[in-house]
Amino acid sequence: MTEELRTNGHCETLVVDDEPTGGVSGSASEALCARAPVGLLAELTHRCPLQCGYCSNPIELERVNKELSTEMWCSVMKQAGEMGILQVHLSGGEPTARKDLEQIISAASEAGLYSNLITAAVTLNRPRLEDLAKRGLDHVQISFQDVDAENAERIGAYPGATAKKLDVARWVTELGLPLTVNAPIHRQNIHNVGRYIELAIKLGAQRLEIAHVQYYGWAYLNRAALIPTYEQTIQSIELVERERERLKGVLTIDMVVPDYYAKRPKPCMGGWAKGFMNITPAGKVLPCHAAETIKTLSFDNVQDRPLLDIWLNSDPFNAFRGTDWMKEPCRSCAFKEIDFGGCRCQAMAITGNAANTDPACALSPYHGEMVALARAEAAKPPTPFVYRNPRNAAEAAKAEQRPLVPAE
Amino acid sequence: MTQTTSPARLIVVGDTRPHLPAYLKLRHDAGRGRWILLAPERVLTPDDTAVSVLKLCDGQRTVEDIVEALAKEYSAPADVIRADVLDLLQGLADKGYIKG
Repeated sequence: MTEELRTNGHCETLVVDDEPTGGVSGSASEALCARAPVGLLAELTHRCPLQCGYCSNPIELERVNKELSTEMWCSVMKQAGEMGILQVHLSGGEPTARKDLEQIISAASEAGLYSNLITAAVTLNRPRLEDLAKRGLDHVQISFQDVDAENAERIGAYPGATAKKLDVARWVTELGLPLTVNAPIHRQNIHNVGRYIELAIKLGAQRLEIAHVQYYGWAYLNRAALIPTYEQTIQSIELVERERERLKGVLTIDMVVPDYYAKRPKPCMGGWAKGFMNITPAGKVLPCHAAETIKTLSFDNVQDRPLLDIWLNSDPFNAFRGTDWMKEPCRSCAFKEIDFGGCRCQAMAITGNAANTDPACALSPYHGEMVALARAEAAKPPTPFVYRNPRNAAEAAKAEQRPLVPAE
Repeated sequence: MTQTTSPARLIVVGDTRPHLPAYLKLRHDAGRGRWILLAPERVLTPDDTAVSVLKLCDGQRTVEDIVEALAKEYSAPADVIRADVLDLLQGLADKGYIKG
């Protein structure tokens, strides 16, 4: 994570700190989040018209008949507002697949939450968007699988997607809503980072998210189809940093970098259970959206227990909260309050133990192997996508990779 | 007059009439006893003085009007306040949170 993601507008007497509320990066200060999270990711459904292989949803997709009711989601919004959550990110799957998105957004607005709709936008029409805006929707984020329509529609397996997305993006700005262009970056579109920036400016976006794919869920399974080379990664980061300076005040560019090539881990979620929580389509409450990959944890459901009680007292939230759980090399590390040992789910996926140091950290005994793995995969031609759909889910579950062994 | 550099950066000067875009929400966060400015994927936490400035950014007042009002309110030299206000507003403009 670059320093710029944590920028703040300091001067002698006037201070405005900048606190991200999503999973993008973490710089939330201790005092602000001592009592309640600032951000809630509400995964309303796992249904999605697109089938992107870079999706970070779990392999096992939730069925429609397990999804929370309208009343339950509205209650979640009310509880979230009461406990001090400030922003809600309505996501999925594709959140507009829920016919009751209208009521959920109204409930979020009544609860005083700043609402972000994170959408693929291919099934959204103008009257519906206008209605959502009237109900208090604050911000719309639209994903573009590539700048080139043909490649984008191959990645998402949805013909005609680009034209629809461009229409929706135009309506968003016409309605006076702020627009974020979400650019999920990987080896099959990384050459177009510069053109994504042009696209975001052309569309009048307030913000562009250059989101290098993080390898969880479907993306982990598709890693060999997705991971760029070290050189491509560095070039894209340098380009963004130059453009950011040039576009000050015109376009905010947030960047999530692929940490397989990093030396220090990302402060995942700004620290486990520190400022962020996630609710799955079926109502499970998680400290991050990939947490279910840690099989030793058992998660509470918002249908059974109040949200605040889960946040404060449930076992999975306390499992890796703070620094007491840490082993070496984290325990004695000077950065333990800065990166919190990185990502628990990545430690789980690569090393088989969620309490290990994230292998993205150069101090992890697994680090060398992880970098070698990334370089080796990136050097080969991309494997074919395993598209994210229910039919592939069963097959994919069997194909999950085994953890690495540590360096000797 | 509002000056810009390529392609459209707002340079905040004395006669800029700053305002917050409609999608930013300045609210009091009672649970944490602070003011917050809600923006896409961000929560900004302005201190009390910054809040005083932001509340005056109504698109009608110029930066000079704001400096004058604050100089009175805080019985402080306008020059000192001007420098701080320009710094604050330019910083926010560069993030897209102030328009002129």
